[in-house]
Amino acid sequence: MAKKTGKTYKTTAGEVVYGMMAEFATPGDTYRAAEKMRDAGYKKWDVYSPFPIHGIDEAMGLPNSKLPLTVGVIGLTGAAIGFAFQYWVSTSGYATVVQGKPLGAWQALIPVTFEIGVLFTAFTAILSMLAFNVLPMWYHPLFKKDRFLRVSDDRFVICVESKDANFDPVKTKQTLESAKGYNVELVEE
Amino acid sequence: MSAIHPDEINAGRLTGRIPTDPPQVLDERTGDGTLIDDPAVRAPLVLNNRSFHDITNTVCGYVEEKPAGWWLALAGLASGIAGLGTLMIIYLLITGVGVWGLNNRVDWAWDITNFVFWIGIGHAGTLISAILCILKQKWRTSINRAAEAMTIFAVICAGTFPGIHVGRVWFIWMVFPIPNANGIWPNFKSPLLWDVFAVSTYFTVSALFWYMGMIPDMATLRDRAVVRLKASASGPTVLPFITLRVDQLRAWIYGFLALGWRFSSRHWQHYEKAYLLLAGVSTPLVLSVHSIVSFDFATSVLPGWHTTIFPPYFVAGAIFGGFAMVLLLMIPARELYPNMKELITLRHMENMAKIILVTGSMVGFAYAMEFFIAWYSGNKYEADVFLWNRVTPTWINPRGAPYWWAYWAMILCNVVSPQVFWFRKFRTSPLAIWIVCLIVTVGMWFERFVIIVTSLHRAFLPGQWGMFYPTPVDILTFVGTCGIFLFLFLLFLKFLPAFAMSEIKNVTPEASPHDHH
Repeated sequence: MAKKTGKTYKTTAGEVVYGMMAEFATPGDTYRAAEKMRDAGYKKWDVYSPFPIHGIDEAMGLPNSKLPLTVGVIGLTGAAIGFAFQYWVSTSGYATVVQGKPLGAWQALIPVTFEIGVLFTAFTAILSMLAFNVLPMWYHPLFKKDRFLRVSDDRFVICVESKDANFDPVKTKQTLESAKGYNVELVEE
Repeated sequence: MSAIHPDEINAGRLTGRIPTDPPQVLDERTGDGTLIDDPAVRAPLVLNNRSFHDITNTVCGYVEEKPAGWWLALAGLASGIAGLGTLMIIYLLITGVGVWGLNNRVDWAWDITNFVFWIGIGHAGTLISAILCILKQKWRTSINRAAEAMTIFAVICAGTFPGIHVGRVWFIWMVFPIPNANGIWPNFKSPLLWDVFAVSTYFTVSALFWYMGMIPDMATLRDRAVVRLKASASGPTVLPFITLRVDQLRAWIYGFLALGWRFSSRHWQHYEKAYLLLAGVSTPLVLSVHSIVSFDFATSVLPGWHTTIFPPYFVAGAIFGGFAMVLLLMIPARELYPNMKELITLRHMENMAKIILVTGSMVGFAYAMEFFIAWYSGNKYEADVFLWNRVTPTWINPRGAPYWWAYWAMILCNVVSPQVFWFRKFRTSPLAIWIVCLIVTVGMWFERFVIIVTSLHRAFLPGQWGMFYPTPVDILTFVGTCGIFLFLFLLFLKFLPAFAMSEIKNVTPEASPHDHH
């Protein structure tokens, strides 16, 4: 069993403990276990599942994602930049009368403004998804666990980090097992 | 058990390589069990109650199994055709656009026809992945990945033509607003420039959407390769004399592309939001792209082009032609990989046949409305285009349209042929659907040919009149792009997750956290 040395836990073999993971059989078990973990006051923990379990955000007590706001702001900014650039080109950068239209005819600039707005939105959506998730990160302690690799297929795992204030090798194990968790094991850094 | 796969027999059976399943017996009323008319009963989206593990095995099996004989044969053929097309493009570049049949009278011909044809085909992918996502159509999950792949490959084929048709290709960079020593900027009031932005944005956003959807599935492929690497000390190698294991290569490549995805729920939360937002912006985007393509024509003054119905008419036609292409490719794939029938059920076929019928009829309505407006507007030129340049065959009146056969081929293929889908028997028969889709694809090519060439070949002045005849280079360049398209699609089937595994798992009944205790 893990022992606390200073601020970190170490296994009997002397390795630093990242956390404790347990497997769950079904999405339903995982969902109810997540509610228990949330109510037990854990903060640094996560549910791993082969697909997003419906409603797991509330079961885990996650705050709403800030991603839509970020994407909206940057997308609209992109559209504004696109419009301003076209307006500058049309009126001063390379002012040329085309088809007798006024130089500042803004209506003709709308299609490209829209496309640039979409382009900014799409890039921001995927890049901020990666940024909020701190990806790419090709290494993670959990990847060393053979059981964990089955999450990408059909298993469900909850892992509590040892950095959590409530983390205790004995009590956390009890909580996980009482929530129908099985194969509880320590995860080394 | 060999080292290829921990459960190779199951995977082999699922990919259809090892035939152990009894042949599928179709019920008269419900087909494979999904054609349920009762609205109170939900038709299964995946047949035979497959577990999450079965779905993973099926989809990963396509990637992990050795390529089948038909795959190698088709890939060889397609790459040969693609190579021929590439040679034609090189010949064009070193000689000039004179190797094509277009001339000073008909100065847009097969090049722009092919461009609009391919761009239209690219519309089904985003429609399925974005619009059906927002409408919460769960059946989209088993066709969206392949349809998105098709979108990207079709846009690659489409983008080739404007790039090479400009004559002096080394000036093509001037379509982009790149600062240059002459202080020249593009004309942002030109629909041709809008088109550059629309098509390049469409390609970029479709590719991002496609890639983001594949991140979790590539992580699955990565993890399976790692499990096999750990399970046995030896396995198939890249080449007989190179000791690098195939699974090692998979772990590296899929691992790199999966960006370290670890299926965390905190990650899924942001991921789902980002996915929904991408679907949200792709929806107006897909509608804008073909609208803008139609502006290339609609904003000109040429009779036959100068019409306000073009944007919705083009968009409906694009969805029509795109769905036809999805079915054209997926029906043979479904036969060649028999267990694909568990994921793409007869209900999927029927739903898509219904979309073909609806959009085909919309296109038919647009054709009719063009006639009505040509008469109702009282515009003599417009009326003459339709009456004498399109409809009247030369054997009825020698004044008539030399391209009458193209016009009537278009009507027969696009408006008449999909009407068979009013009958359930036809929309639930993959063979009937495939034949109609082939006809529709031909018809959609003719539609663009009719719009472009017949409008141009008799413009306002008789001095502008002239015929267009394609050269072998014209024909082989188009055939070449079909080869490029097919080859890229075959590569996709073999090397990337062809189905959105995490999404399919999520629409199975056992994925619900509330129904099972």
